[in-house]
Amino acid sequence: MLEQLEGSRAVARTVALCRPEVIPAYPISPQTHIVEVLSAMVKGGELRPCEFVNVESEYAAMSAAIGASATGARTYTATASQGLLYMAEALYNASGLGLPIVMTIANRAIGAPINIWNDHSDSMSQRDSGWLQLYVESNQEAVDTHVLAFRLAEELSLPVMVCMDGFILTHAYEQIDLPSQEQVDAFLPPYEPRQVLDPAEPVTIGAMVGPEAFTEVKYLAHLKQMQALEEIPGLSRELTDVLGREQDGLLRCYRCEDADTVAVALGSVLGTIEDAVDELRDRGVKIGAVGIKAFRPFPLEEVRAALGHAARVVVIEKALALGVGGIVSQNVRIALAGSAAHVYTVIAGLGGRPITTASLRRLFEDAVAERLQAMTFLDLNAELVARELERTRAKRRSGPHAENMLRDIGVVAAGPV
Amino acid sequence: MRQARTDAGLERESNGAALSGKGRTGMFQVRIHGRGGQGVVTAAELLSLAAFEEGRHAQAFPSFGSERTGAPVVAFCRIDDRAIRTREPVSEPDALIVQDPTLLHQVDVFGGLRADGYVLINSIRSLDELGLGEWVSGFRHERLLAVPASGLAREHVGQARPNAALLGGLAALTGIVSLESVVGAIRARFSGRLADGNAAAAEACFAFVREELQALSHA
Repeated sequence: MLEQLEGSRAVARTVALCRPEVIPAYPISPQTHIVEVLSAMVKGGELRPCEFVNVESEYAAMSAAIGASATGARTYTATASQGLLYMAEALYNASGLGLPIVMTIANRAIGAPINIWNDHSDSMSQRDSGWLQLYVESNQEAVDTHVLAFRLAEELSLPVMVCMDGFILTHAYEQIDLPSQEQVDAFLPPYEPRQVLDPAEPVTIGAMVGPEAFTEVKYLAHLKQMQALEEIPGLSRELTDVLGREQDGLLRCYRCEDADTVAVALGSVLGTIEDAVDELRDRGVKIGAVGIKAFRPFPLEEVRAALGHAARVVVIEKALALGVGGIVSQNVRIALAGSAAHVYTVIAGLGGRPITTASLRRLFEDAVAERLQAMTFLDLNAELVARELERTRAKRRSGPHAENMLRDIGVVAAGPV
Repeated sequence: MRQARTDAGLERESNGAALSGKGRTGMFQVRIHGRGGQGVVTAAELLSLAAFEEGRHAQAFPSFGSERTGAPVVAFCRIDDRAIRTREPVSEPDALIVQDPTLLHQVDVFGGLRADGYVLINSIRSLDELGLGEWVSGFRHERLLAVPASGLAREHVGQARPNAALLGGLAALTGIVSLESVVGAIRARFSGRLADGNAAAAEACFAFVREELQALSHA
């Protein structure tokens, strides 16, 4: 049934339909609404049997999730930004131990400078943690992908992050077709763990492994993660049948069949990109877009198949690998090794800066006209940077950049002058 | 849950107001300015719900500052007949709601307003008295109104939160949604006295704007 819902509430209600048995969670913006709704559903008896564990930190949340999952309970949590970083050590344990926890990341920037707004710095920082990562474009896709994520996690015995743009999606109201309990039950059978902590049949989960087998255990972990490249398309087709809505699989192509310029991105910015693509198509520009849904594992072959014929690939990414540049574009370059395509890195939308259709149109026009640099910061205020650099040259104790730059542009909150 | 399209669509087409000059998509974009605690985000949500109830696509979202009571807050709502893909903030609104007139001289509330745009300001003063007399000359004056929404909210809800009343006013001013849909959204979102009061405030503001528009057309 179609409803007009906030993204967070839609995700929370979908997670409830997936019958989680344990939810240990700690609130952090912009994820808070999701776990608030779930905690109310548990307390109100709407979601049971399920234990909602109020923990004292994100580290505790993931630790409790590991414990719960190891006892064979279907386990869910959600976090964002610094909260994900605080979980980092436990994240590697969850994946290394092969525990199929599902976690929503309400994508948000990482400080310093402290910033509550959206970008992909948080989940990108954990891209090699052994968790599968699925990025969604809309709240409908967020809903459907959570159903997929539980099944995928449990089929492979690996944890999955569903990454949705904080605020832009989590706080947006739009129409959502929530699946029914019958549809979810038809797709997602009860959790049958491969390993379980059971006093009747004792096992050690998390044995110490020395040089004699560590490489092999890690190799197997890689192999298992790569299996998701096989699983995701099949499960997506199955979910398409159950829900009657097309599911994307590993990636999605938009008007790229004859495109010589293709934009690549992850997450909610794809909608704005598609609008910009339509505008340019109306003017006869052969441009398309590819949305990568599965970032871990990275679908090298599918990306190559989607982009290999393009002359120009413009990767728009909401995270910055300091000291080298793009992250998604590094992966895209591996996929396109040996092809003729030029790959451009565009860093955009950091810390909540809006990515507008107008800026994207200019960007794509520059790309088509071969005016684009290998690496671009979309809508960078270069004068602001130049003035701050000038201040650092003028005076040894030039002070903190963040405060100086806020004061420069006249933001009230910059403190006393 | 969802009602059939009301007569609002017909009304829009007959007066040609809300759908004219909206570019290629026919999308209608609203920006709501106010202060933390005035229900700005809820207003955008309610408007999207009203449009949804008419069978249209709607997307509402706040501009996410560090929200504190009294701090300037902005929320957006897009309404269209087809799925809305863009996620950027509304920079060229078709309609503006200003919930707190003290923002007029603090925030660039009119930034990007289309020349044929609508403006609804919550104030007991006229636009002239608000110091906007000169500014409004570049716009269609019959689309710019000040309404006593806080007073209506105090009268009907018992608190000065003007959001629901202003949505009733917006329905009358633009026809982008019907009053019935606004009231339906209010009743879906609130219950009991809060629902009754806000619905009454929306109806009262709708009637107020209707009268103002009639007075303008006979002037």
